[in-house]
Amino acid sequence: MSTILKKKRKMVQWDPADVKAQLLAKYPPKVARKRAKQIMINEALENETPEISANVRTTPGIITMRGCTYAGCKGVIMGPTRDIINLVHGPIGCSFYAWLTRRNQTDAGPDGENYMPYAFSTDMQDSDIIFGGEKKLEKAIQEAYDLFHPKSIAVFATCPVGLIGDDIHTVTKRMKEKFGDCNVYAFSCEGYKGVSQSAGHHIANNQVFRHIVGENDEVKPGKYKINLLGEYNIGGDGFEIDRVFKKCGITNIATFSGNSTYDQFASAHTADLNTVMCHRSINYVADMLETKYGIPWIKVNFISAKATSRSLRKIAEYFGDQELIDRVEAVIKEEMPAVEAARQDVLPRTEGKTAMMFVGGSRAHHYQELFSEMGMKTISAGYEFAHRDDYEGRQVLPNLTVDADSRNIEEIEVEADPTRYNPRKSPEELQAMEAAGYKFKDYDGLIPDMGKGTLVIDDLNQYEAEKLVELMKPDIFCAGIKEKYSIQKLGIPMKQLHSYDSGGPYAGFKGAVNFYKEIDRLVNSKVWSYMKAPWQENPQLSATYGWE
Amino acid sequence: MRKVAIYGKGGIGKSTTTQNTVAGLAQMGKKIMVVGCDPKADSTRLLLGGLAQKSVLDSLREEGEDVELENIRKRGYGNTWCVESGGPEPGVGCAGRGIITSINMLESLGAYEESEGLDYAFYDVLGDVVCGGFAMPIRDGKAEEIYIVCSGEMMAMYAANNICKGIMKFAQSGTVRLGGLICNSRAVDNEKEMIQELAKMIGTQMIYFVPRDNDVQRAEINRKTVIEWNPDVPQAEHYRGLARAIDENTNFVIPKPLEMESLEKLLMDYGLMN
Repeated sequence: MSTILKKKRKMVQWDPADVKAQLLAKYPPKVARKRAKQIMINEALENETPEISANVRTTPGIITMRGCTYAGCKGVIMGPTRDIINLVHGPIGCSFYAWLTRRNQTDAGPDGENYMPYAFSTDMQDSDIIFGGEKKLEKAIQEAYDLFHPKSIAVFATCPVGLIGDDIHTVTKRMKEKFGDCNVYAFSCEGYKGVSQSAGHHIANNQVFRHIVGENDEVKPGKYKINLLGEYNIGGDGFEIDRVFKKCGITNIATFSGNSTYDQFASAHTADLNTVMCHRSINYVADMLETKYGIPWIKVNFISAKATSRSLRKIAEYFGDQELIDRVEAVIKEEMPAVEAARQDVLPRTEGKTAMMFVGGSRAHHYQELFSEMGMKTISAGYEFAHRDDYEGRQVLPNLTVDADSRNIEEIEVEADPTRYNPRKSPEELQAMEAAGYKFKDYDGLIPDMGKGTLVIDDLNQYEAEKLVELMKPDIFCAGIKEKYSIQKLGIPMKQLHSYDSGGPYAGFKGAVNFYKEIDRLVNSKVWSYMKAPWQENPQLSATYGWE
Repeated sequence: MRKVAIYGKGGIGKSTTTQNTVAGLAQMGKKIMVVGCDPKADSTRLLLGGLAQKSVLDSLREEGEDVELENIRKRGYGNTWCVESGGPEPGVGCAGRGIITSINMLESLGAYEESEGLDYAFYDVLGDVVCGGFAMPIRDGKAEEIYIVCSGEMMAMYAANNICKGIMKFAQSGTVRLGGLICNSRAVDNEKEMIQELAKMIGTQMIYFVPRDNDVQRAEINRKTVIEWNPDVPQAEHYRGLARAIDENTNFVIPKPLEMESLEKLLMDYGLMN
């Protein structure tokens, strides 16, 4: 009797149209109209994906989950590189929060060069703002060079640098010429630029492509050489993926940019295939590498063991070598039993539970497969900084309108390199592969993989997050550190999918096992039932005042 | 102590008018401090007899926080105190932030203390109110009365009207008021009547009409105010007149800046009168 009651209480009935209406109810009409386009009830349409509004400015006053351009450039893209000195030009606060706040792991390798534990900053003061900070920046670059003799120094602009107009690019150019053996360049990634951190990813990747890629023509050993784009080694994800690659005999020339080195970026053009993990942060780099050097790209996903197997097979199929195909199959066969055993173990406890995910430009999509393997349904999901193609698929790309914000971010015009352009597959070979069903440059986005009647929400904010939890009562909510405690206070377990709390890796085969165990632990914890103190529900004593 | 700020379009003669007026007030026995709020640091040249002043920001940069009041102010004509805020070279840094820093520094050093016995503090501010830094003198009650130097030229009137928008913004939340327009004549047709009408429409007065006279330039070549250079010329009497008008002024208002159409209509009406 009691178990039936318990189960009944657990059932939450909601109607997506009603949830949407309630999310919008408190907004002023103009804001509600704008948000309505970013909150989409998923429906199965014939041959087309419903449209969602994305990559638009957050209405001022809304407490968004988004980050700034500087966070995207310094934090996400350049932060995980280990032997490039990341020098922040600005006041110390911005610099402090660039210091190991993301859980990008590093392996210093045999050379031992690792600047990740350091925070480099020009520590701008009042007088640097008034008189300009260029001289101080020059001194700081010199000091970093004298102390460490790094291969490369990257300079990041914080907001005040853009306001006072320090010419950081001229300073870095001068210092690069002066040193001769150290590549110095700068990023105009002031926090206020763009709509979200996505602008920062773009600024970072453009400069990496312009200043580093192609600097080292030395051909590395290896039969099947690939680059892994858009994998940032949070909680050691990249280590697990590299372990699997190695086992399969696949050589990873460069990871953009988890545990990466200067030399990896510099040699990226020597790989024969680009695999794209996070479509949002880096698909344009894959395009540029193809145009300039002739390297085709494919979309992969190493989140969930099944997705990992699919991605490995896709890589093997590209090279078309039976030796590789067999080895990949052998690895999958060897790795899968442990994953399946772990899955079977948690399934009875996780099946039927529900999840919400509001994170990244790809993660809210990638993790849905892992959840579904545990029998868990994603009832609402969305991205912080994605564009429409990440929701609806790349077929919308030609129709995306260029607005003032996207014009802010430079587009690099790339041409085939006069000497180094080398198409890895001839047009006929590519055509034949595509005719046989192989998909290059392909990404269908998040929406087609979500169930009918689920809610897809772009740029979710604090208010809507709390409202969603209240109305839909998910068993777990996944987002970032800013959301962590407000959600937990509502009595719902919260898993960070930016930094993984203290866990990980969750990619590849071993990662899937870690994730099953972690989610099982979270959604079945009894701790949430103690949110209400016992006396709030069942007072042991009751009394009245004497005068009553 | 009365706290006065002089604004106006670039090149209209703010520094010249300020210093000549200050000389007139000094002759009347008033004790005055002039604070130049221009990175060029040339607001006290006529009072000091040349560019002899080390700016607040230069002192701050070279000597750190240990600046003494005596390092940054100097005696000028008629026992006036002269201060230059200073700032970065053209094209670098943030001059607006510099002005904020230097006014805060003057305050913390006690330049405005009652013991200094000042009758007037004058702020001579660069050109238009381009950013928050240049609005500093009219914020937080730093200056309480504003005079706008203008002429009958169209751009000078546009600028004056624009400055009124800034004053209105701060006047609504603070003590700052507009004291009037000073017409520094460029010998434009119907200039006096036009500026009087403009002042009326904004809700203020034309406090004085300073005619154009080359004696101003002659005095400037000698690095002196007209009053110091030759107290007997007619222009010296005009500056004494302006000084008196300011000293006796009781007409302080929150300005009502004009819409673009009414401003252009005014120009048309007076410009086409002949």
